[in-house]
Amino acid sequence: MDLLHDLLFDYTLRTVALGTAALGLASGALGAFAVLRRQSLLGDAVSHAALPGIVLAFLLTGSKELIVLVAGAFASGWLGSVFVSQIRARSRVPGDSALGIVLAVFFGFGLVLLTYVQGRPDAAQAGLDRFLFGQAATLVAGDVMVIVILGGVALAALLLFWKEFKLLSFDPEFGASLGFPIGRLDLALTTVLVLAIVIGLQAVGVVLMAALVVAPAAAARQWTDSLGTMVWLSALFGAVSGVLGALWSGGTAGLPTGPAIVLAATGIVTLSLLFAPRRGLVWTTWRRSRQRSRIRADTVLADLYALYRQHGSLDHGHSVAVLDAMSDGPGGAARVLPVLAEEGWARPLPDRSWAITGEGLRRAEDLLARLGRAENE
Amino acid sequence: MTPDRELAIQVDDLTVAYDEHPVLWDVDMEVPSGVLMAIVGPNGAGKSTLIKAILDLVKPAAGRILVHGRSYDEDRSVVAYVPQRGSVDWDFPTSVLDVVMMGRYGDLGWFRRPGSRERRLALEALEKVDMTRFARRQISQLSGGQQQRVFLARALVQDAKVYLMDEPFQGVDATTEKAIVRVLKELRSQGATVVAVHHALQTVPEYFDEVMILNVRRIACGPVDEVFTEENLRIAYGGVVPFRAAAAAAVTEARVPTSSAQGPELSPHDPGS
Repeated sequence: MDLLHDLLFDYTLRTVALGTAALGLASGALGAFAVLRRQSLLGDAVSHAALPGIVLAFLLTGSKELIVLVAGAFASGWLGSVFVSQIRARSRVPGDSALGIVLAVFFGFGLVLLTYVQGRPDAAQAGLDRFLFGQAATLVAGDVMVIVILGGVALAALLLFWKEFKLLSFDPEFGASLGFPIGRLDLALTTVLVLAIVIGLQAVGVVLMAALVVAPAAAARQWTDSLGTMVWLSALFGAVSGVLGALWSGGTAGLPTGPAIVLAATGIVTLSLLFAPRRGLVWTTWRRSRQRSRIRADTVLADLYALYRQHGSLDHGHSVAVLDAMSDGPGGAARVLPVLAEEGWARPLPDRSWAITGEGLRRAEDLLARLGRAENE
Repeated sequence: MTPDRELAIQVDDLTVAYDEHPVLWDVDMEVPSGVLMAIVGPNGAGKSTLIKAILDLVKPAAGRILVHGRSYDEDRSVVAYVPQRGSVDWDFPTSVLDVVMMGRYGDLGWFRRPGSRERRLALEALEKVDMTRFARRQISQLSGGQQQRVFLARALVQDAKVYLMDEPFQGVDATTEKAIVRVLKELRSQGATVVAVHHALQTVPEYFDEVMILNVRRIACGPVDEVFTEENLRIAYGGVVPFRAAAAAAVTEARVPTSSAQGPELSPHDPGS
């Protein structure tokens, strides 16, 4: 309750929560497209590639204003993404290697620059290293404004080009055959993704920002089969992860925000992987076991039906041993027969043998007809 | 070829190379308007590349391509494309109706979203391929044949004059095969032209009017009656014609053997080397 009270009335905490919500929203929404286009790791390369831009922007201007550092981050992150696609297009280097090369080279260069800057005698550079692991508590109202505006631009672009980005993501070749400039659309979507990533770097850090691109989208995919729902759910998950992580790291001395946000996002992913309907682990396991027992029940019902056809009487019972022998060995039929009885498809006779019921006949004929249809189709 | 008959597609001296390895070499192709044409040839013969070159999806090293007398980038609305169904991720979160409506995106142009008109056209196209009851279905829940019919419906809503299809019959069930053949005939009766990459040689005479036999170079191109001969196929496939000799003989027997038709233009060779 204290936390809720603080969130509502503590100015600093409210600022931080608003900022992390906005950056989570943008990276979640754009991350959905990255995940669907199997470009999850592009986010990782871009965020690492942003580091030298941040330090260079500081070196050139001497300013630590977020807008300045974000501009530097955007420039070098974008350059990194262009390098990745150019290496892919113009060399025989495989795509994942291209990502690895760009990530390592840019990040390494960034670390060298950061070390150099930190070695300088003046104190102006203090705090630049927060861009490594993120420190949301350092966000002030002006920073949040920058995040909200740039995040808004990213989301507006996403809405404006919705149809085109959808086509690009699902079937780029078909899109090109319709005359859409797929190469330029790809560049546009990547540019917007870079924008969504760089506004999160101060709060989340270059090392873990990629998780905020991938995790909300991976979680959202579990819950829906519609692109629109997935994008907005992913944005929501991103925002919730951002706020939870910021609050958690704010309340724990020395805990950087990046890891806290990533753990929050991981929690959402875990819950989604387990419990989402249709795709979740719990649901699929339950459905599989249900299917197994259904198939076993149908098999025994079909056996009872075959026996009925031989004997022609609903009152002629058949022993469990016979049914076992017809299906999958001892014990199989005994487990299933009570289920059939519950459904009213079979009934036990006084001599502990079993017979099919009228309703069971209809069900069996139905099943066999459906099987026949499936084979013809 | 009678010169007064309008050509739907005219390809002159087309050469396409990937990394200096020629995939298509100096290929000419004439597709008369209103016919169903199959493109056949062994793996690696450049069949898909030929279609993609016509669509301007791959850049030729040389050559000229005209669709109804104009270059393709002048007016793309005359051509509809059915890619190989394996070319997309069928686990993408979208519905059958949504995918079919993508065929309208070109006419809609930038920024405009599909509306009720697009929905109606998509449903009509789905009806033509017997997929109406799957309109709301998630595409991940479709069988291979159903996926193919969705792609076909997406091309149908483009309402084009020329349809280019990349292996529409690949791995489909009998229901789908019948549906596709029905749609092809309907398209032809409406005056449209269809060019399809095709693998099952035994169905070429049954389904198609014309055939392009290709193996990097053009082996033969023209009416099935004239050019779909065992000799041409043997040249294309390097001596191993991949369907039963009896069927091949039946085909060649049924056709009038003509020496005036497009004959073999090169001697047997191994395209893989």
